[in-house]
Amino acid sequence: MKAGSNLEKVLTSGQFAVCGEMGPPQSADGKVIKKKAEYFRGFVDAVNLTDNQTAIVRLSSIASAHLLLEAGVEPVMQMTCRDRNRIAIQSDILGASALGIKNILAISGDHQKFGNHPQAKNVYDLDSIQLVQILKNMRDLKKFQNGEEMKVEPRLFIGAAANPFADPFEFRVLRLAKKIKAGADFIQTQGVFDIPRFKRWMEMVRDMGLHEQAYILAGIIPVRSVKALEYMKSEVAGMSVPDELIERMRKAAKPQEEGVKIAVELIQQIREIEGVRGVHIMPVMWEQVIPQLVEQAGLLPRPRFEETPEAAPVQEAAKA
Amino acid sequence: MIVAERKPMEEILRLVDGAKSILVAGCGGCVTVHMAGGEKEVEVLASLLRMHYKMQDKPVEILTQTVTRQCEPEYVRELAENVAKADVVLSMGCGVGVQFIAEHFPQAWVVPALNTKFAGATLEAGVWAERCGLCGECILYKTGGICPVIRCSKSLLNGPCGGSQNGKCEVNPDIDCAWQLIFDRMKNLGKLELLLEIEPPKDWSKARDGGPRKVIREDVRL
Amino acid sequence: MEDKPGEIKVRLCGRSGNGVMLMAEEKEGSAAFPGFEPKIVAFACYYCAYSAADLAGSMRIQYPPNVRIIELPCTGKVNPQMLLAAFEEGADGVYVAGCMEGDCHFLRGNLRAKRRVQYVKGLLDEIGVGGARLEMYNLSSSMGPRFAEIAREMTERIRALGPSPLNKKAGAGRVQEDAAGG
Repeated sequence: MKAGSNLEKVLTSGQFAVCGEMGPPQSADGKVIKKKAEYFRGFVDAVNLTDNQTAIVRLSSIASAHLLLEAGVEPVMQMTCRDRNRIAIQSDILGASALGIKNILAISGDHQKFGNHPQAKNVYDLDSIQLVQILKNMRDLKKFQNGEEMKVEPRLFIGAAANPFADPFEFRVLRLAKKIKAGADFIQTQGVFDIPRFKRWMEMVRDMGLHEQAYILAGIIPVRSVKALEYMKSEVAGMSVPDELIERMRKAAKPQEEGVKIAVELIQQIREIEGVRGVHIMPVMWEQVIPQLVEQAGLLPRPRFEETPEAAPVQEAAKA
Repeated sequence: MIVAERKPMEEILRLVDGAKSILVAGCGGCVTVHMAGGEKEVEVLASLLRMHYKMQDKPVEILTQTVTRQCEPEYVRELAENVAKADVVLSMGCGVGVQFIAEHFPQAWVVPALNTKFAGATLEAGVWAERCGLCGECILYKTGGICPVIRCSKSLLNGPCGGSQNGKCEVNPDIDCAWQLIFDRMKNLGKLELLLEIEPPKDWSKARDGGPRKVIREDVRL
Repeated sequence: MEDKPGEIKVRLCGRSGNGVMLMAEEKEGSAAFPGFEPKIVAFACYYCAYSAADLAGSMRIQYPPNVRIIELPCTGKVNPQMLLAAFEEGADGVYVAGCMEGDCHFLRGNLRAKRRVQYVKGLLDEIGVGGARLEMYNLSSSMGPRFAEIAREMTERIRALGPSPLNKKAGAGRVQEDAAGG
């Protein structure tokens, strides 16, 4: 076991993993995290906490991850390269580990121009691949980026992101190979809507044997309106959304139900693809959908291991 | 070359406000090449200043002088006579020129007429683009001659981020994704495997992050 | 009917073989600026605009005496310094007249002039003189009447705008010819 996290246990035991995601609040209100934890407890194996996603200032991912841990749900702490240099990043890695956080996902981070502080200086002292390498060397070699040794190393399960739909298409798998070579244990992809294209990517992944070197989890974004889907198609870089899905949402009498249906279908199709070891569900501002989505997709019950904290009784998801 | 752009007139007028005599100082270097601060541009700016003060009914003297380069002591010293006459020196050189004039004439009040933007090249007449990030440790040999430090909006060194689409950067559809360009170039050159090596974290201390830099050539010092 | 200031009275005065002879009588000044006679400088290219001006002359087509014509080999010779200098020297309005687009004797001189005129219009707006006082026109050498029309158009425009802000202050700046009338 590299970190002994719940996510790691699920994946190493050969079971299909389910991750969730939560965006921390744009305020100092930590109670929001504890409240939202209830939608995930018992329904997913771990929950990603985003790191100032889209460059909008939010409660930090390290603090959010800790709050989530306190609430009895396992976090995946996301770390971007946009806001911190290698000193702060390594410091936060030590801090995260000291707080009991075991899963860290290393990503480049959206450019600050998208966020609410576009005039900020961007850091990008490191890129995501270098960050993965730093995480690995801290864990396995007990060494900082400068080569110095540390007494107690962080025990981490290292994640990285992959986008099967961004350009250059040919290079995407090579970049994935680089991330895995750098030390990524698990990979979470961008939201999948275009199954044929995703299948092509997975074929290239399997050709290189990468699916056996790291656990690949496919991203799922449940939508509740046709607008959300259209927005993703036109405004979000690196997404491929087939028109049929947009048509389905547009024609749906009950868009929310249709959105869940589509997500369930995507999950089922993805489960059949060789090499995919789990899904990463990103319910943007719709955390309430997790319980029914996970259940309808036939992903319950979630595996339990001895040391995982006792899950609280399953609660009816409160409507927003 | 260093590429700059004239500040808006409104700002320039604020910077020289109160002066009875203004020296508009041009530079025959980069700013002449990209038509931001050479002799002709000095003439135009002087004309606009004269018009402004005439309309305001303020008798302000406008002096003009363009030197070969504002980044060389011998040329900057040629401004001495006019600098002495002027209340303010409005330099149309890049940031280096403005500072150099100030350095050589400590009693002079020197203000910039231009906003210095980047080190770049001419794409076509009238279009200049940033090319070099002045990082102090050139790695262009690794990327087929395309700089990831400055042409990638995130200075990524190991390939594109997830925001690269249709060869364009997520930050601005006018910006080419540097990594798409690098990938295409290296593929054409048959050197794609070089991109599979993991590029370690950059030594930014060689860039501006390490503090202002100097280059010394002992063999050339008199 | 009483003539109002700013009205152009046009009288037909017989016909020549080539066209209609017009006599334009302009009233002095305009309602907003009585007694103001604009000084207009026209930069005309030798191949088209200046020829058209010549033709207007031989056709006896009258156009406002406010326009002073400066001949250039091509409007491509025009540059921002030149245009600004015209205003500094006392012009209330300036226009650049070149060949029709695509017909420039030097191929693209008039296209360069167009861009430069646009640029200087921006500068004139920036400084508060007003970009409307500068314009670019295109015509061919056979368009005598059009030359006169342009001259009239520009004179009218400037008459309505009033004297250039550079000329407003009495005694400031350069020597000016006396404004007609009032």
